[in-house]
Amino acid sequence: MSATTEQTPLRPAPAGAGLSRTLWRHPWLRGIATLSPPLAWFLVIYLASLVVMLLTAFWTVNPFTNQLQHSFSTANFSALFTGTYLTIILRTVLMAAAVTVTDAVVALPFAYFMARVASTRTQRILFTAIMLPLWASYLARVYAWIVILQKGGVLSWSFQQLGLGAVNIGYTNIAMWIVFSYIWLPFMLVPVFGAIERIPNSLLEASGDLGARNWRTLRSVLLPLALPGIVAGSIFTFSLTLGDFITPLLVGGTNSQLIGDVIYSNIGTADNLPFAATLALVPIAIMIAYLGGARALGAFEAL
Amino acid sequence: MRYRFKSISALAAVLALSVTVAAGCATSAASTLKPPEAGAAVPKSVGKGEGTLNLIAWEGYAQPQWVKPFEQSTGCRVNAKYAGSSSEMVSLMANGGGHQYDLVSASGDADLRLIYGGDVRPININLIPSWKQFRPFLKSPSFNTIGGKHYGVSYEFGPNVLLYSTKAFKHAPNSWSVLYSKKYKGQITVPDNPIQIADAALYLEKAKPSLKITDPYELTQPQFNAAVSLLKSEHPLVKKYWALASQEISLFQSKTTVVGAAWPYQTNTLKANHVAVADTIPKEGATGWADTWMLATNAPHPNCAYKWMQWVTTPKVQAQEADYFGETPANTQACSYMNKISKGSCAAYHANAPQAYFKTIKFWKTPLAQCGNGKNDCVPFQNWASAWTQITS
Repeated sequence: MSATTEQTPLRPAPAGAGLSRTLWRHPWLRGIATLSPPLAWFLVIYLASLVVMLLTAFWTVNPFTNQLQHSFSTANFSALFTGTYLTIILRTVLMAAAVTVTDAVVALPFAYFMARVASTRTQRILFTAIMLPLWASYLARVYAWIVILQKGGVLSWSFQQLGLGAVNIGYTNIAMWIVFSYIWLPFMLVPVFGAIERIPNSLLEASGDLGARNWRTLRSVLLPLALPGIVAGSIFTFSLTLGDFITPLLVGGTNSQLIGDVIYSNIGTADNLPFAATLALVPIAIMIAYLGGARALGAFEAL
Repeated sequence: MRYRFKSISALAAVLALSVTVAAGCATSAASTLKPPEAGAAVPKSVGKGEGTLNLIAWEGYAQPQWVKPFEQSTGCRVNAKYAGSSSEMVSLMANGGGHQYDLVSASGDADLRLIYGGDVRPININLIPSWKQFRPFLKSPSFNTIGGKHYGVSYEFGPNVLLYSTKAFKHAPNSWSVLYSKKYKGQITVPDNPIQIADAALYLEKAKPSLKITDPYELTQPQFNAAVSLLKSEHPLVKKYWALASQEISLFQSKTTVVGAAWPYQTNTLKANHVAVADTIPKEGATGWADTWMLATNAPHPNCAYKWMQWVTTPKVQAQEADYFGETPANTQACSYMNKISKGSCAAYHANAPQAYFKTIKFWKTPLAQCGNGKNDCVPFQNWASAWTQITS
């Protein structure tokens, strides 16, 4: 066999062939080309805006001219740690926690039924039923709840028909808790369903073979294995409640302001961007702590 | 400051905007008591239109009913950007928007900020013929006219009235004191807006003369504290601080509340739905809002802007706007057109009320530290806003 010599093609290479050849020869170049647009997006749009917000939190607004003062000051942070705002922060965290616990309690048996008891057909129907509300507008759903909960509304009427007396929980924190729990439920159900579905049947059977009753199997096998799913879902329910300002505005009462509402009023009405930025750092700080805890519980393996 | 959301859809449109935190650059001009643009020249006549007109407006202020005929007769194509709050209008005008927009339909609480920020410039009021037909108190009001210079032309206005259920009240309540009365605990609703502090101050002006309040928007610290503590005592009595007009309407429709502070729009909508309500201006008077079309300092299309100000102050457009938005026209000749559009609407929006009625209205203006007494000791709006958070949370 004689050595073949490489021949140059007679036809001219198509336009762009040089580029594609270079990219083929240097895989790392390909990597950079694919990654850099999303990376640039992430750095410029996302991280840069966070940094700007952090900076803004240290500025103040001149009370006389209402203009931004670009000088370093921690006045906003000391204002944050006064009674009014601490109450609002505490209320927000408690509300987020209550909503998360409620959603977890509701989602667990529901997800268990879907994943282990229901037929494939029923499972599909239930899954669609969970997802269906997400296709409707957030505001439409909240308004529907106002109609249900207000004085003389559907709930009160039903209670009266059952002889239980009128309930008047419209425009209270209880109303807010119910609406939040309803709105964020799908975000809890889906990860919990995923976690329970992944548990091998053999583990539950082994538990039974070793003499464990249903309760014991639930407590010692099912719950620990479903926990990453619950924690993953709780990240959604917790953070979404933490940042929301529409539900308190629409269904809340006179003691229902959450952090989001105060941020909103500082941007929309008070024109005090620095203080709004300071307030916006609070949910971020809470979520960082929360995510740290969730990571320790292995939540991110179930995402 | 002022929210102008009547419906969910309007709120939804604003949601997207409100999420964006504009990391603002410093606005122009320093705090001097003289408007920076006071010396700017005004035109002697209106020239040929530039073909385009860019507006910053409240939603509902650039409706096809009166925009289409305007475009046809002047050749100025109208582009409107809707703003959701007074603060948004101010920041749109201040942060580079001054070169892009021609006119802004600012409310009284934004006007002084725009004027002293140098974002708007004086106009030649003689070029607006319909201005002569205006109610006297809207010709040169202190919120848009300073030192004889008009920084725009008044447009429409409305009072903040006391709305009550005629089932709960045999006689019309004659004082705002019902909003602070334990008798109606849990059945009261007031707007979720810091400017509400002025309503409390207005009540205290008569109820507690020892405070010596003369202007509900110019409050010294002790006067301000008295108003805030009155509102704090009202807090346990309030069922809901409403943010949208539609919320107050549903509160009265479901009989959750029987008395509250409202706009005439709510009263008229409720009456149209056969809810037994009425409104009144109590003996202390009322606060109110008035809008002004203001000319941007660097307006790129000044001739079209003047043509617009001429057009929207004519009686017919004034009536169309009043009917569409639910407010009162500045032009006194609009009444007959209002009744043509919707029978009885002239009386419903008090467009034919005597001068004495309007004298009782104290129009919104930005609370500033420099409040005319030369001492700069009034409480500025920023503190109003933080006090309101403390009151309502």
